[in-house]
Amino acid sequence: MKNGKGPFLIVAAALIVGAFLITIQMENRFYYKAAYVVLQYVVLATAWNILGGYTGYVNFGTAAFFAMGAYTAVALIKTWKPPLYVLLVAGGLVSGLLGLGIGYLTLRLRGVFFSIATLALAIVLQMLVSNWDYVGGGAGTPVLKPRSVPLFSNYDEFLFFVMAALAVVAVSTAWLIENSWVGRGMAAIRDNEEAAECMGVPILKIKLFATTVSGALMGIAGAPFSYFVVYIEPTSAFHLDYAVNSLAMPMVGGTTTWIGPLVGAVLVGTAQQIATVTLSSEMNLLIVGSLLVGFVVFAPDGLVGLFGKIRARIAGREA
Amino acid sequence: MLSVEFFLNALMAGILLGGFYAAISVGLSLSFGLLDVVNIAHPAFILCGSYVTFYANEHFGVDPIIAGVVFAVPFYFVGVAVYRIYYNSFEKTGAESLRGLVFFFGLFFLIEVILIITFGVDYRLVQAFYIGKSTSIGPVGIAYRLFVPFMVGGILATGLYLFLSKTFFGRAIMAVAQDSLAVQLMGVDPIRIKTVAFGISIATAVIAGSLLIIIGPVEPTIGREYIGRVFAVTVLGGLGSMTGTLVGALVLGVAESFTSSFFGPSWALAVSFGILLICLAVRPSGLFGR
Repeated sequence: MKNGKGPFLIVAAALIVGAFLITIQMENRFYYKAAYVVLQYVVLATAWNILGGYTGYVNFGTAAFFAMGAYTAVALIKTWKPPLYVLLVAGGLVSGLLGLGIGYLTLRLRGVFFSIATLALAIVLQMLVSNWDYVGGGAGTPVLKPRSVPLFSNYDEFLFFVMAALAVVAVSTAWLIENSWVGRGMAAIRDNEEAAECMGVPILKIKLFATTVSGALMGIAGAPFSYFVVYIEPTSAFHLDYAVNSLAMPMVGGTTTWIGPLVGAVLVGTAQQIATVTLSSEMNLLIVGSLLVGFVVFAPDGLVGLFGKIRARIAGREA
Repeated sequence: MLSVEFFLNALMAGILLGGFYAAISVGLSLSFGLLDVVNIAHPAFILCGSYVTFYANEHFGVDPIIAGVVFAVPFYFVGVAVYRIYYNSFEKTGAESLRGLVFFFGLFFLIEVILIITFGVDYRLVQAFYIGKSTSIGPVGIAYRLFVPFMVGGILATGLYLFLSKTFFGRAIMAVAQDSLAVQLMGVDPIRIKTVAFGISIATAVIAGSLLIIIGPVEPTIGREYIGRVFAVTVLGGLGSMTGTLVGALVLGVAESFTSSFFGPSWALAVSFGILLICLAVRPSGLFGR
């Protein structure tokens, strides 16, 4: 596995440079907006998968972590308007801490109770934010984005570049975890937590690591959100879509590898962008919901699993 | 501020609300508590009940409760179908814990979206002769729109309790819950029993849905708020105990009523999740745990 690390990181760096080159070439603003949303889902789906797919704890509260990142950024923007990288770090820290918190919940809550607790977290946090007037309360607040950034012709292009870089970082993180002893420990926890503990896997440490990294990545993805939407309010930041999408995308792609959420997010995310424009936003949700239920029933290993099966069949025929 | 009258009114409202919470939770107590089927989509089926009741009431002037009871029959078969899919896809292969959960979450979301597409996002309500009227015992007011759901909820919980403890089929359900393998050795098919029981749980959800729309106007996304409530009641009552569910529902109803009377209605939602988390941390087997 160690041999693959170098080339993987080179590809990752090349992708970031590639995203920058795109911003020099492409003009149409709509594509930046659409690409931003898809890339944001790449981060969220990958983050969800680190806890859900690798470790086996189903998180229904993606929106909570995402919105905490977004609202941490809003609170900072209201006070001293720091540069974006500070917002990213702060959003990641707050949501990472929140993740650490729910990590300790896994000590007592397993299976469905953990999942309901994360859902509860999202609803309770939304209630708190709605009553917090400094960041706009329930009505929301406008957020002015900086007028210009060096190297980029407008701020949307810059946000696109940032999100592309974050997506690369998130997928690389998932890849690194997967190919380390931590990733194998996570798989052991997913398959049988008691057995893993008996075999000496440090399950608490690994679970805390998974919830913290997963939460932090979601928070980082949420930090630029207020600049992206320009007007932030709790209903959109805490929308159930985030939970459903970040769950559906790994399910569609495949949950056991880093490539699954990536494939799922790119396919489902792009399909949603097209459906929102050509049909309606309700139809787009219907598509996601049907995909989620359809895949979990008929293709539980996702597209990656289907692809593997087909390849195995072809190989079997040749042999 | 803390007058006796105010206190008694909040208490009465809480007890009445509790009866309604019993109605929405008995089905989950049956499916989650006894059958170990984690039906997160239960509140979505409740909302289905609300909307079919709304449809029957709006177009044919049918009384909401009669509509709920009538529609419970077709929804029994919906429940049967859902359990068949669930069993064949997840339970049979032992993948129910993670993917089954995701399945029901997806189902919840799908039903919500379908309701939005069909009925729109506006608040819907029903008409009946007892809605908007009230009576009083001394200083304590009783609104019929709360009293009727309270009564129906009580009947539903009692009926289900009698069904489970007195009838042959009910006892078979209890037996499956206790030891599925032993039931199989006695020559009974546990899957058939579970299918029927899950159908019944969805049927009660539809009746509960008709009560929900009697209590107040309904829109498609309020099902989320009820996820916390139904699971809080089921866990607090001890999984699978009908008496426990009734008691748990009354506790939640009273707690919510006091919270919204003293701190404002926007905090009431935190009560159910608070109770759920405390209960899971302190006594996961609930008040009447098996």
